[in-house]
Amino acid sequence: MPITEADIAKVAQLAHLELGEEELKTFVPQITEIVNYVEQLNELDTANVEPALGGLTPEGEKTDSSRPDEIEGSLGQKLALAEAPDPAAGHFRVPKVL
Amino acid sequence: MSAAERLNDQLNAFLEIDRDGALGRAGAEKSDGVLAGIPVAVKDNICVRGMQTSCGSRILGDYHPPYNATVIERLLEAGAVIIGKTNCDEFAMGSSNENSAFGPVKNPWDTTRVPGGSSGGSAAAVAAGIVPVALGSDTGGSVRQPASLCGVLGLKPTYGRNSRYGLVAFASSLDQVGVFAREVKDVARVLGVIAGRDRHDSTTADVPVPDYTATLDGDLKGARIGFPRALFGKGLDEEVGTAVKNVVDVYRELGAEIVDVELPNAGYAIAVYYIIATAEASSNLARFDGVRYGFRAEDAPELRQMYRKTREEGFGAEVKRRVMLGTYVLSAGYYDAYYRKAQQVRTLIKNDFLNAFKNCDAIITPTAPTPAFALGEKVDDPLAMYLNDIYTVTANLAGIPGLSVPCGLSSARLPIGFQLLGPYWSEPTLLKLGHSYLQARPFTDRPPVFA
Repeated sequence: MPITEADIAKVAQLAHLELGEEELKTFVPQITEIVNYVEQLNELDTANVEPALGGLTPEGEKTDSSRPDEIEGSLGQKLALAEAPDPAAGHFRVPKVL
Repeated sequence: MSAAERLNDQLNAFLEIDRDGALGRAGAEKSDGVLAGIPVAVKDNICVRGMQTSCGSRILGDYHPPYNATVIERLLEAGAVIIGKTNCDEFAMGSSNENSAFGPVKNPWDTTRVPGGSSGGSAAAVAAGIVPVALGSDTGGSVRQPASLCGVLGLKPTYGRNSRYGLVAFASSLDQVGVFAREVKDVARVLGVIAGRDRHDSTTADVPVPDYTATLDGDLKGARIGFPRALFGKGLDEEVGTAVKNVVDVYRELGAEIVDVELPNAGYAIAVYYIIATAEASSNLARFDGVRYGFRAEDAPELRQMYRKTREEGFGAEVKRRVMLGTYVLSAGYYDAYYRKAQQVRTLIKNDFLNAFKNCDAIITPTAPTPAFALGEKVDDPLAMYLNDIYTVTANLAGIPGLSVPCGLSSARLPIGFQLLGPYWSEPTLLKLGHSYLQARPFTDRPPVFA
């Protein structure tokens, strides 16, 4: 199924990207080419193959990552806000939501 | 430090050089650490407190993280001196370093050519003799491929060997911090310092960290090296193919047995990789929204509009392309056809390696299909650029370690590298094989741009 400009525009919306006209025009053939390329995977019969989820080795899978549920120190408000583009009164301020 | 500053006009390898901080720390370092006083360069997607972490992106700009990555904590504890942050493709997405928002790194062997990517700044800094070692990150070859193109060693460890805490995430099931150096013993030393379980990264494995420097010497009698003949065909530069076949002959002379192996699904690796890596990236990069850190677009009075404008203005073309692809393959109706399918073929690729390693201790391949290409050559053709990673992505998909080792120069005096791939946790074997080769055929040439 060919990928249209409308498809790409919809994906951009899902990805929170406001693409310009030029970008849309460039991306359509590029993404089409890559999607066509990856479709070569359909040559393979994978009906009975388990999907690999994550990258863990057998040893990694065996490693117990749980820890006691104890409260530890955190960054603190001042440090956590230090790099924010628009901090205000101890919060992250954002433009209006509605 | 002076070399880093002096050569940066030519190489653009560093995004930040921390002269005052590094000199202060060098004076104050404990002298008993394994890496006491050793200058180290760090890719700009690994958090170092007090320095910037831009990931080569406008969206982070001069972001200064409030904490150190675990690998950085361990380097500092061992006495290393971090001299600066190195340039890279934006969010580690690229094979040429041309995707950095701060201009490409140049290859010290020929400044009209790319250093490889995405950790091109780290590779160039080591190749040019500015630092003996550097850290990078390897998601599909981003340590090994630039190492090959710049004529240095580059190790991508087993998945879970090193902590990813403080490494800005690109594709979490593939990312691993790797090491560049000119000497195998330096790779071994640094790996020994940074490796091991970290409670801040649940994917680090509880596997003991050996003394990697203790097992480098010794003969190769009884070692079996797998040769995947099918990977030495179409698309491989002739000079690279010949150089790597010559390496096979050297190993034979050194007493190793060469065995034929097959990796029947290796040809599908790029397709699998560009589905899984972009899917994970589209999710990981959702956090860059102009709220908590980094850049925020102006003139966006409404929240969603602010997200979209910030990301539109903050991300470069390749990052957008991959976020789009990842969003596409994960979107309703396509998930099974692309993402699930890719994860199934990933299983097949992993099984290929497990089978191959029943008959050999390591597999040899080229690291990259060609020596360094010209700046601008592939910049408008994303797929051609992706195919650069054909030999390296399999290791990330399978979770196995890989080491790129320099093995001479092309007729145009550009470095060629070969890659050794081994089973999980076989870093000692790979380092020993790399060391044996370089003892037999030392790589002593220096690039024209050298400290």
